[in-house]
Amino acid sequence: MELAEIKESFEFFDDWEDKYRFILEIGKDLPDMDDDYRIEKNLIRGCQSQVWLVYAIEDNKLRFQIDSDAHIVRGLLKILLVAINNLSPSEIIETDLETLFEELGLMAHLSMSRGNGLRAMIGKINQIAENGAS
Amino acid sequence: MSKTNIRSDFPILATSSRGKPLTYLDNAATTQKPQCVIDKIGDYYATFNANVHRAAHEMAEKATAELERTRESCAKFLNAKSTNEIIFTKGTTESINLVANSVPLFSEKRRNIVISELEHHSNIVPWHLVAERHNLRVAAIGISDDGELDLNQARSLINDDTALVAITHVSNGLGVVNDVKAICRMAREHGALCLVDGAQSALHFPINVEDIDCDFFVFSGHKLFGPTGIGVLWGRIELLEKMTPWQGGGEMIEKVSITSSTYQQPPFKFEAGTPNIAGAVGLGAALKYLEQIDRDSLGKAQDSLVKNTTERLADMPGIKLIGNPNKRSAIISFLVENSHPNDIGTLLDQQGIALRAGHHCNMPLMDRLGIPGTVRASFSLYNDDSDGDRLISGLEKAQTFL
Repeated sequence: MELAEIKESFEFFDDWEDKYRFILEIGKDLPDMDDDYRIEKNLIRGCQSQVWLVYAIEDNKLRFQIDSDAHIVRGLLKILLVAINNLSPSEIIETDLETLFEELGLMAHLSMSRGNGLRAMIGKINQIAENGAS
Repeated sequence: MSKTNIRSDFPILATSSRGKPLTYLDNAATTQKPQCVIDKIGDYYATFNANVHRAAHEMAEKATAELERTRESCAKFLNAKSTNEIIFTKGTTESINLVANSVPLFSEKRRNIVISELEHHSNIVPWHLVAERHNLRVAAIGISDDGELDLNQARSLINDDTALVAITHVSNGLGVVNDVKAICRMAREHGALCLVDGAQSALHFPINVEDIDCDFFVFSGHKLFGPTGIGVLWGRIELLEKMTPWQGGGEMIEKVSITSSTYQQPPFKFEAGTPNIAGAVGLGAALKYLEQIDRDSLGKAQDSLVKNTTERLADMPGIKLIGNPNKRSAIISFLVENSHPNDIGTLLDQQGIALRAGHHCNMPLMDRLGIPGTVRASFSLYNDDSDGDRLISGLEKAQTFL
């Protein structure tokens, strides 16, 4: 799935129901993480639901695997992955994820309220990208 | 005549959320405020804003009188013997921290603090802090799968080694009403102190600290129609007199020299610095409001709404109630099949239904029950059948997404 496809789908949604059905649907595409990786060490702190992240860097491309025990979060993470997976660290740093979620009308999920998984995840990904770029 | 229909007193209940009429079922987190409380806080700032207890002018006199009147209302609200037993704090959390830091808990003999698996983090972490500092042990009374305290275990945990028992009146996670009188009696039999966390009970039942026979009772103003940032610690005067102040500063001293100070009597000994005057004034208005409404019949209507909603949820396919208390307060926790509590929280939020999803600051309880959290609907005196109906239909819709 391309980011353009996601954006296009969002343009056609009339109401919250279409939007959230779509988010839940694409969340199902997110591959389940191996139990070996669903461990404390890979948990992202500051999320109400459990969110795990592992990554590898190959040929200057960052490859992420992300999973959550909450369905809506999985859908949001899928959008995130489509936007940044397999990019170089500097390309990730240049990607304005906040604007992307704003455009999709999903800013509520990026609110500063405590325990927001998506914001914590974006912070972590940017940190990894910055470490990878330096 | 006292009021039996109060919904229109709360302006926020007529607003909308996500473009839909608001159904507010997050009352265990905070309650909404009636117009009279909102107005009173505005009045304070607009017409008698002044610092209390010291200045020699009319405004200060009025502000002080209002603050002290709230103290009297609180004493009456709790059936306390004296207004000197009422200490203003930021809320329940600060009240508990004050006790944890001011009571001389550590003796050669008494090394245990007893809590329960139902406690909110605010009635756990302050005891961890004090336990670490003084090398004490914290032990918890366990619960049954229904969420009831194991009173037999309590009897063995609370013994001559116990310094203090800190127990919640109502579980904020499951709505279980605890037999705090029985727990306090156990503490008393062994010479231990007993603190009751009334954050979730003070609005819902008449509180009588003499009847409960506890040593400390704490609650927050914002959970009973008052503003945030104001709460109460009630303590027995003979204990308060013996306790050392937790914070030092203005207002709490009798005499200060460069090398030493002596302190005022309770309650002022524990109220360092300028208090939350607007908060206290607002809390006074909230307590006055509670006297004007018919709490008894509103409480009965609320109880039947909670009972009815609990039964409807129990009958819904795919819904699992968490906790099955003999006596339930205004809180219902549940899980929805094939979903995380946060999924349900989001799908209800989109329909204008405000409630809480997560661990509710009850991590040990969620661990005990082996669940990541719950969806929690919590009711107040202004909720009516339409809120129960919207919760049920909102959940039915949410289930079509899963």
